[in-house]
Amino acid sequence: MEKNRVIEGCKVLIIGGSAGSLEVLMELLPKLTFVPDFAIVLVLHRKSAEDSTLEELISYKTEIPLMDVEDKTPLRSGFIYIAPSDYHLLFETNDVLSLDTSEKINYSRPSIDVSFESAAAVYGPALVGILLSGANSDGTEGLLAIKRAGGSIVVQMPESAQMPFMPMNAIENTSPHYVLDVKGILNFILHINS
Amino acid sequence: MINDRELEVLINEVFEYHGFDFSGYSRASLKRRVERLYQLDGFNNLGEMLTKIRLEPTYFKRMIEEITVNVTEMFRDPLFYKVLREEIIPVLATKPFIRLWHAGCASGEEVYSMAILLQEANLLQKSLIYATDINPVVLDTAKKGIFPLQMMKQYSENYRISGGKKDFSDYYTANYGFAKFSSDLSVKMVFSEHNLVSDGSFNEFDIILCRNVLIYFDKELQERAFTLFDNSLAKLGYLALGTKETLKFSSLQKRFKQLNKDKIWKKTE
Ligand SMILES: C[S@@+](CC[C@H](N)C(=O)[O-])C[C@H]1O[C@@H](n2cnc3c(N)ncnc32)[C@H](O)[C@@H]1O
Repeated sequence: MEKNRVIEGCKVLIIGGSAGSLEVLMELLPKLTFVPDFAIVLVLHRKSAEDSTLEELISYKTEIPLMDVEDKTPLRSGFIYIAPSDYHLLFETNDVLSLDTSEKINYSRPSIDVSFESAAAVYGPALVGILLSGANSDGTEGLLAIKRAGGSIVVQMPESAQMPFMPMNAIENTSPHYVLDVKGILNFILHINS
Repeated sequence: MINDRELEVLINEVFEYHGFDFSGYSRASLKRRVERLYQLDGFNNLGEMLTKIRLEPTYFKRMIEEITVNVTEMFRDPLFYKVLREEIIPVLATKPFIRLWHAGCASGEEVYSMAILLQEANLLQKSLIYATDINPVVLDTAKKGIFPLQMMKQYSENYRISGGKKDFSDYYTANYGFAKFSSDLSVKMVFSEHNLVSDGSFNEFDIILCRNVLIYFDKELQERAFTLFDNSLAKLGYLALGTKETLKFSSLQKRFKQLNKDKIWKKTE
């Protein structure tokens, strides 16, 4: 762990999570009371055919405006984007989001690995990835891709996670730059680009 | 793994040798599809893969099948079909003759769903449903109207949510794990190969459905497809897209009016 890695030049913060991650976001989001100079993308495992309750829940908890994600939606700083249910969320080189209905990966669509890998290929060192609580192994490959492309990776401290498996699996396989509890993650986000 | 430059080489070769132009496909998704096939078929380098694509027509066919995404369902997004049933079909009913086009119909589940809606409204007799795709393999399945029996439970549930009142199993006969849909439904269907990248308009339609196809295209190719649809729609005709697709980012949106929140646009000019 590099304690003093300064995060600057971040264009996209991508956060992945599964079971137990929504609670973390509900705690974090209300405390983000600034307009970030990067985009925030959330990739959460959610039930398929689910309606827009997750979007509503999240927009209710944050002052940062939520941008509805449709195919080819431009990705802009200062907004939050949520991967829609039943689609993989992908990143194009011209700062545009694409959707894809191909096979589930790690039993999931959206899959965290798919979005992390795609974002890493486009944003490289300008990407920060955070992986939260979950009971699945999704996210580990994606974090590795982000790290390889020069981005920074953070994993929720397993002891602080409702479902420690996903973070634990990621820590074992990626040696992340930071392992942080919820408060630590908040602090980390507040210091991006500042 | 394949890098961006190699992907461009592959796109160029496929165009040069087979005349198929993937250059307007969304790179993020296309790269994943090509990488998946590369791993599935155990290639050691791109050269190996290119040689096989160049020299073996059957392998090229496999490639088209594998890199396009063909997943589909009957009454996919049932609430979309409910809107068709309750709001669009009653308008179409006033026409002497109804022409429909499913562009990118895959194995045809969507087309049979539409035929069921038309039949229940007593309109199938005066309808003609064109259904096209670039992939001849899925079109063959579509022509037969034979789908896996194990899917019927979900499809009949979708049908019910879409406002269907009948016994869904009346529409097919079950046999050896397959459900064969009644030929009463398929008499008004015309299936054919049509490539949205390179082929033109072939008729004038009252409604065009192109769902979950455009997400695989980049913005320019989407614009081409939208222009083609615009040219192929009668005045006041409808364009229906997938749940997460939109006309919003296109310059053609001013020629259309979106109905409520549903992914259906009416041509106004
Ligand atoms: C995901 S399926 C959509 C099926 C159906 N419309 C639905 O929404 O369930 C996408 C289909 O688009 C077809 N397709 C891809 N590129 C195409 C092109 N250039 N022209 C016509 N069809 C294309 C694929 O072969 C595939 O069958």
